[in-house]
Amino acid sequence: MTRHQLATRDLTLCHGRATVIDRLALSLPVGKVTAIVGPNGCGKSTLLAGLSRLHAPKQGTVLLDGRDIQQLPARELARRLALLPQEATAPEGLTVAELVRFGRQPHQGWLRQWSAEDQRVVHKALAEADVDELADRPLDTLSGGQRQRAWIAMTIAQQTPLLLLDEPTSALDLGHQIEVFELVRRLAAEGRTVVMVLHDLASACRYADHLLALHNGQLVATGPPGEVVTTELVRRLYDIDCTLIPDPATGSLLLANVRRASRHSVEA
Amino acid sequence: MVLLVLVCLASLLLGAGDVGPARALSVLMGQGDAEARFVLGSLRLPRTLIGLVVGLSLGVAGALLQAVTRNPLAEPGLLGVSAGAAFAVALALLLGATATTMRVGVAQLGAMAGCLCVLGVARVSGAGSDPVRLVLAGAALTGLLLSLTSLLLLFDQRAADEIRFWIVGSLAGRRLEHLVAILPSLLLASGLVLAVARPLAAMALGERIASGLGHRPGLIRLLVIVAVALLVGAATATAGPIAFIGLVVPFAARALAGPDIRRTLWFCLPLGPLMVIAADIVSRLLVAPSEMPLGVLTALCGAPVLVAVVRARRMPTL
Repeated sequence: MTRHQLATRDLTLCHGRATVIDRLALSLPVGKVTAIVGPNGCGKSTLLAGLSRLHAPKQGTVLLDGRDIQQLPARELARRLALLPQEATAPEGLTVAELVRFGRQPHQGWLRQWSAEDQRVVHKALAEADVDELADRPLDTLSGGQRQRAWIAMTIAQQTPLLLLDEPTSALDLGHQIEVFELVRRLAAEGRTVVMVLHDLASACRYADHLLALHNGQLVATGPPGEVVTTELVRRLYDIDCTLIPDPATGSLLLANVRRASRHSVEA
Repeated sequence: MVLLVLVCLASLLLGAGDVGPARALSVLMGQGDAEARFVLGSLRLPRTLIGLVVGLSLGVAGALLQAVTRNPLAEPGLLGVSAGAAFAVALALLLGATATTMRVGVAQLGAMAGCLCVLGVARVSGAGSDPVRLVLAGAALTGLLLSLTSLLLLFDQRAADEIRFWIVGSLAGRRLEHLVAILPSLLLASGLVLAVARPLAAMALGERIASGLGHRPGLIRLLVIVAVALLVGAATATAGPIAFIGLVVPFAARALAGPDIRRTLWFCLPLGPLMVIAADIVSRLLVAPSEMPLGVLTALCGAPVLVAVVRARRMPTL
């Protein structure tokens, strides 16, 4: 698989007059899982929308393999970068297989209708997301985790080297969250670059290789979770004090003894 | 499909006048007297063909409008699209226009204006999420345009009969030349529909998903509105405003075809003409020997369907 690189240069994103992301420069590691974390309203989802061209920059550029994504044709972009927005809803009665077929649209055209190749890719995507046995079930009859895996299967069928997920686990219970995270790990193991916005710092530490911590539109930390997550960072992002301990099984950081930051706490 | 053939046949055989099924049948067999032959060839055949095309246009336009607004109640007749077309034609007539071809263009411009107007109002007032509010905005616009059309009636009594037709649509007295005049725009609309069908299906997953799949939602929406205006303008220029066909047909088509707009559109093709021609037959027979305008009948039958859809415990989401 060719190396696809997503980066930003001097990126500024605004909602109306409010600046949400302020002159951000970053580069995403290829073939790794990157988590964007930060408090509510820090611009995580806006950044993801900017990276996928849903949100046009006020200033600066998003570069995909060195080219400004604003200049890429829409379909070309959709063949390189797949996006799953938050709270995607499907029309009533749509089945999993029908949904996943939509993922082939960027590869179709006037002269290129549905092909055996498309069929093969859809089958593979269904199997990869472990929803092949649910293929003929309508989405509205599935559990939250199954439904989310079906949506991810659609983006897998897009066959893009880059996959952007906006809070893929936000409405799911713990078991379903793990289903989705393990799927994300499998996708990265196959060489895809995955970027996801996450609420939960502990999940980000456990499942991401790379962390982007945002605060007030600025990047406050970037790097592997084990290196950048500190009690100071946690306090700065979420205004809480905690003790960080490594998970005895995996070594990833866990947040323990979490409490609201006290004004008198000693700077560690 | 078989039903459609049967209903077309019935449309040829049945009428308000005294040419009954037996005499009509003998014409179809290649015999029959001159009067029956005239009634069939010059009245019922054009009427049936026009019913076919009008049903097709309105059914497809309704399905498109519902898909693009993601609103199961969106309907050209309710949203002021048909009324816009009719008002535009009535106004043009009053100003002295006569040519049939020009009438189609005027109707399509009116339909376009009505469409943009109601979608604009709905967008400004944030009605996008509530299906009923869009319909309210449309009903207000329709009411306004109908009363304006009635007002035109007062200006010119001589054209009264002609203009009354633009308030309540009908298939009666339409000639084949009306049909020929709208064929180019129907072809253009079919081309547009073919081009937007796939992205429109993706829009059902939400605009962000559609963008993610490489489509441009703004462009798609514009193309769909143009197609709707072409279709509704053509139908209205031919048969006047006919309400509720664009509501009932896609509703039935969706029930048969499932959630994908591409399948729904295919099912609209036979269902639209089926409903229009069936309604037209009833409108001929119900108050025979005179006739009831088709627009009255579709409104009488369609309104309860609208109420039923709104009252249904679960509004189908698109």
